[in-house]
Amino acid sequence: MADHLSYEQSKKMVFRGLGLLAAITLIEVFFSLAGKGHISWLSFLSEGNFMVYLIGFILIALSLYKAKFIIYDFMHMKYEAKGLAMTVLLPVGLLFWGMVAFFQEGSVWGERRQLIQDKNNIEVQAAPPTVSPIERTMIEQKAVEVRGEDQ
Amino acid sequence: MATATETPTAPDTHSQEATWDGAGKPFRVGYGKLMMWYFLVSDAFTFAGFLIAYGALRFSMPTWPVPDFVFQTLPFGLHEYFPDGSAPLIFVTIMSFVLIVSSVTMVRAVQEGERENKSGVVKWMLLTIIGGAGFLGCQAWEWSNLIGHEHMSLTTNPFGTHTSDGVYTVDEAGIPYAPGAERETFETGESYIIHQHDGEFLQRTFQTTDLPGVEQKQEFGPKAFGALFFFITGFHGFHVFSGLVILLIIALNSASGQYVARKNGYEMVEKVGLYWHFVDLVWVFVFLVFYLI
Repeated sequence: MADHLSYEQSKKMVFRGLGLLAAITLIEVFFSLAGKGHISWLSFLSEGNFMVYLIGFILIALSLYKAKFIIYDFMHMKYEAKGLAMTVLLPVGLLFWGMVAFFQEGSVWGERRQLIQDKNNIEVQAAPPTVSPIERTMIEQKAVEVRGEDQ
Repeated sequence: MATATETPTAPDTHSQEATWDGAGKPFRVGYGKLMMWYFLVSDAFTFAGFLIAYGALRFSMPTWPVPDFVFQTLPFGLHEYFPDGSAPLIFVTIMSFVLIVSSVTMVRAVQEGERENKSGVVKWMLLTIIGGAGFLGCQAWEWSNLIGHEHMSLTTNPFGTHTSDGVYTVDEAGIPYAPGAERETFETGESYIIHQHDGEFLQRTFQTTDLPGVEQKQEFGPKAFGALFFFITGFHGFHVFSGLVILLIIALNSASGQYVARKNGYEMVEKVGLYWHFVDLVWVFVFLVFYLI
């Protein structure tokens, strides 16, 4: 880094970075709380599905910016050879595909579970007991006899 | 990041010596630094696996504990002084600040290393260690609060969510309301915590507007929440702890003057710095998925 920034400049960069990361964290917490309806004059941000997605998008975008700043400025990725940056960043970038795919998968699990539960409930209500207790006893006795013959 | 002993130009890949005999450096960085980067890539995959599991399970559940309800306490009962007696996400924001500051002091340590300033390196590394230890202390408090006071465990999650509007039939101590007494009501999506009384969970009973006349009781929240929380923040905390040990070793080495006459100077400080920033980086995402969303 000595090649790119003087010592004084790089010292300034560090404290600018501290301010930036702290400010973004505060903004994130602010949006998160507003999205949950904790800030009364912004209560419209906690109403409806669209707002959930909007707040989620803002939070993810700000977190990615924080991550980019830490990697490029604090970990000095911007001064490394391009090949190194690519071999590190491309595999990790592909993880986002995995995340989106598995979150989709997770919500399908939830839908399936709900579907099975709904069907279970339908059958319990729709099918009245057709076998009377007397008949059930007779069936059970018959089963015992059959088993006895087998042995 | 070239130091005085490195040539900033690319090695001559045509010469036998440069390519195969170790004279050339791949990507123009030292071996240790390159391998630290690849270790961090593999570690990122491990953390991503955990966070993907968290996300997939969360999306598969009809309800999930909301972080601003689960994490709303402060040490020494300070949350009592906030509106409604709750301080949602305040403590974890302080934790994040502590970790960010320790990351910043680490950058300063690396910069002092570049100008071969031994006392500067040691000073900023010690500040980094203090920051990391502070973060671990905060996490210890958070865990002890969750385990000791809110009774969350790997298999028990006392944080539930109401799925319809209704009214409680017993008070917080489990005693049925007197006839005509004002009863506590709740709305769809409202969170509750099942408290323990005399070592037993007390699931309050209630009636909802969906099924009038049917007595229901508070159900426990999704089991996976506790296990995921303790595993993921625990795994991160373990990274912080190992980072502290490595930082301490490198700080002692620096103080003893081990890197003064080295060919690659204070590169060890840079390597541990990379690891420490990675720990901060992972926290950015743990903070996002567990606390913000």
